[in-house]
Amino acid sequence: MPDLPSLALGQPARLLQVGGPRSYRRRLMELGFVPGTELRLLRRNGPGKLLEVELRGGRVSLRAAEARVLEVEALA
Amino acid sequence: MNTPLVALTGNPNCGKTTLFNALTGANAKVGNYPGITVERREGRLLLGHDAVRLLDVPGTCSLSARTAEEQIAVSALAGLDGGEHPDAVLLVADATQLSRHLYLVLQVLELGLPVVLVLNMLDEVERADLAVDLDVLRQALGVPVVAVSAAQGRGLDEVRRALEKVLRDPAAATSARVDGAPSGALAEVIEHVGQALPGDWVAPHAARRDGLARWALLSVEPDDELAAVPAALREAAQAGRERLEAAGHDVDLELIAPRWAWIDELLARAMGDKRTVIRKVTDALDKLLIHPVIGLALFLLVMTLLFESLFTWASPAIDLVDGVVSSFGQLVGGWLPEGLFRDFLTDGLIAGVGAVLVFLPQIVLLFFFLSLLEDSGYMARAAYLMDRLMKSLGLTGRAFVPLLSGFACAIPAIMATRTMERRRDRLLVMMVVPLTTCSARLPVYTLIIAALFPGPDEAGGQLFAGLSLQSGLMVAFYVFGTVVALLAAGVFGRTILRGSSPPLVLELPPYRLPRWRSVFRTMWERSRLFVSEAGTVILVCTVVLWALLAFPQEAPVSPELQAERGAVQSELDTLSEAQVAQVGNTPDAPDGSARALPGTEVVSGLQEQLAVLDARAEGERLRASYAGQLGRAIEPLIQPLGFDWRIGIGLLGSFAAREVFVSTMGVVYGVGDEADETSGSLKNGLREARWPDGSKVFTPLVGLSLMVFFALAAQCMSTLAVVKRETASWGWPLFLMTYMTVFAWVGAFAVYQGGRFLGYG
Ligand SMILES: Nc1nc2c(ncn2[C@@H]2O[C@H](COP(=O)(O)OP(=O)(O)OP(=O)(O)O)[C@@H](O)[C@H]2O)c(=O)[nH]1
Ligand SMILES: [Mg+2]
Repeated sequence: MPDLPSLALGQPARLLQVGGPRSYRRRLMELGFVPGTELRLLRRNGPGKLLEVELRGGRVSLRAAEARVLEVEALA
Repeated sequence: MNTPLVALTGNPNCGKTTLFNALTGANAKVGNYPGITVERREGRLLLGHDAVRLLDVPGTCSLSARTAEEQIAVSALAGLDGGEHPDAVLLVADATQLSRHLYLVLQVLELGLPVVLVLNMLDEVERADLAVDLDVLRQALGVPVVAVSAAQGRGLDEVRRALEKVLRDPAAATSARVDGAPSGALAEVIEHVGQALPGDWVAPHAARRDGLARWALLSVEPDDELAAVPAALREAAQAGRERLEAAGHDVDLELIAPRWAWIDELLARAMGDKRTVIRKVTDALDKLLIHPVIGLALFLLVMTLLFESLFTWASPAIDLVDGVVSSFGQLVGGWLPEGLFRDFLTDGLIAGVGAVLVFLPQIVLLFFFLSLLEDSGYMARAAYLMDRLMKSLGLTGRAFVPLLSGFACAIPAIMATRTMERRRDRLLVMMVVPLTTCSARLPVYTLIIAALFPGPDEAGGQLFAGLSLQSGLMVAFYVFGTVVALLAAGVFGRTILRGSSPPLVLELPPYRLPRWRSVFRTMWERSRLFVSEAGTVILVCTVVLWALLAFPQEAPVSPELQAERGAVQSELDTLSEAQVAQVGNTPDAPDGSARALPGTEVVSGLQEQLAVLDARAEGERLRASYAGQLGRAIEPLIQPLGFDWRIGIGLLGSFAAREVFVSTMGVVYGVGDEADETSGSLKNGLREARWPDGSKVFTPLVGLSLMVFFALAAQCMSTLAVVKRETASWGWPLFLMTYMTVFAWVGAFAVYQGGRFLGYG
């Protein structure tokens, strides 16, 4: 299953599952990362660093290593 | 009836403080950096003839609060800590990111509070050609909705009107659960947890029981740091969660996902497909500004420019303040008769006020730059860029802003840690921030460097082209403080404050042109904080130190000195008599030449001798003063660092506040009121100071040792007081003081003894 950091920039995708430790998972969900959400990777800053994700008309930056808990599928 | 209380809340950076200022005309601080409002701040708002109290609450994305300031927000809304319940809530949402911000709106509505929803940033919405159907929102949410531009002051009257109506008829603006009630096992558990809620949380609106139960179910976890949650509720929430999980439920998902589904459906109706603001400028700028290489280079450039202008602009202002204060002291000294009261006023009080004011130029300037960076949106990028470095030290990018403020003053820096999530992270930053080179160290460094190291025009004063030894030293000590602070964070983060900081979630706000009024407001606010927190302590300490130096007044002067002084005095007396008597005829005298022409140079020579003896007498008095006794008592401790008892007095004073050292040195070396770090007399006083064996006290090596001591020691009472307040413990401030003092001693010892071993000094 592909995860968020592995997405190509600009590729529309759908969130399938959110894993990770409870507090981070809850935090992500409260920011709008719930299964079914459509999102896009806007920026990947250097190898293994920060990601900027667009979802629900807003943006969030996450660390790539930590964002592996977000499983996605690419949309056509 | 009491004046009604209205809480102003919303997501971070949605413009709450701007709205607060626009509505109340107050001067709360604003910044385009999430988490600027870190305290409760109240203002008065006039609705027709009635006043209401408006409470500016820190921003939060959700009520499941994590950071210290989010907890302040939640407590203010729900009255968790037994505080006052607000009569109504002004809930601000950024209309350009409505989806995200509606999540908090739903949570607040669930608490059963009367709400006026304010959609802010109307100007940006219009510019982006978006449209929000307010009626759809009103109908779906069941509360009044107003669109405003807080920055332009548009729509404020509507806000007032809506608020007035809500306060008159709260029920019309209250709308508990809008997105449908859960069913089955989850509903049962919510019901059950609701029973465990403390009575005073639920009291005014029984409707909020469900909302609070859901809040507890979502927020309570073993390490949540929620101090306000009573044990019974904690147990009920945890037991409920375990029961549901055992039955295969995903509690968090089932509580959160329906809200999003509802929001998605609502916004499809209220805004259509077009909900995103395209940020062309921001995106273009970010291509450069957070680029891993270019961005970092630009960041270093920004920091260099910042500190460069700090020095070039602050020092004339510092000199000016100094000049004004000392001439004021002399003026007052001239008016008053000589005596204890005059000394108290000039050397105690006025010198104390001067010691506070002398920091202001630098602090004000640094805060000006910080608020500029915050308001433009760059600060969030700086945190973004620094995240990797911070993470390698066991911190998050969010630690960067407090650390940077530390270069002005540790006090606002420590208060800024409230934007951080975990107590461990906050503590870690609080423990190392006092090591960054705050502006109080500057006068001390300036004095020592100017007195003990060759200036740019003297031999050995140039390091290499363009960089003088003196500025090189200054830069070196800034770097030294920063490196030690970062290293200390790395060490503490792996030992006493072990643990990892939570995963990073950061929002990069769009770049905005800074609004000058708000930049100046922020600058003013924080400088005021410094004056009120540190100013009083510094002032009191200067006065106490003056008293310790001035008493006992009548110290016995040693007989030898007295005899010597008597001899010179009588010689001078006879001489002047002779001068008077000498009208034309030359009296024969044993040593004819001198008597024959009692020239002015002889008289002035004797007078000089007398002055030296007086200074020695003053030195003896100082030695016998309470401060002198203390200084001599600690001399054995500091002698290995190359310091004598007089430096000891300065060090004792500087434990109250660092720059007190400069004025103390002025008193100790008997150069009077006009002592400041640039005054030539103080410099000379230091250069001439001798040990009893006649060797110089102040060699460049001692200067280095002293500067290392000041770089590392926790010499600031106000910082310790703020750490005590923020940690609500004595342990951490004590630890802070102990470890830094030990560091300082060891560091200075290593420099001094190492230098001597290598043959310097
Ligand atoms: N264009 C525009 N900008 C605004 C408006 N209102 C506020 N801002 C800007 O938005 C940024 C954030 O404003 P603040 O008032 O500090 O936001 P806040 O919600 O108090 O933020 P925190 O206290 O950090 O949670 C600042 O740069 C403001 O100048 C508005 O109506 N239009
Ligand atoms: Mg604010």
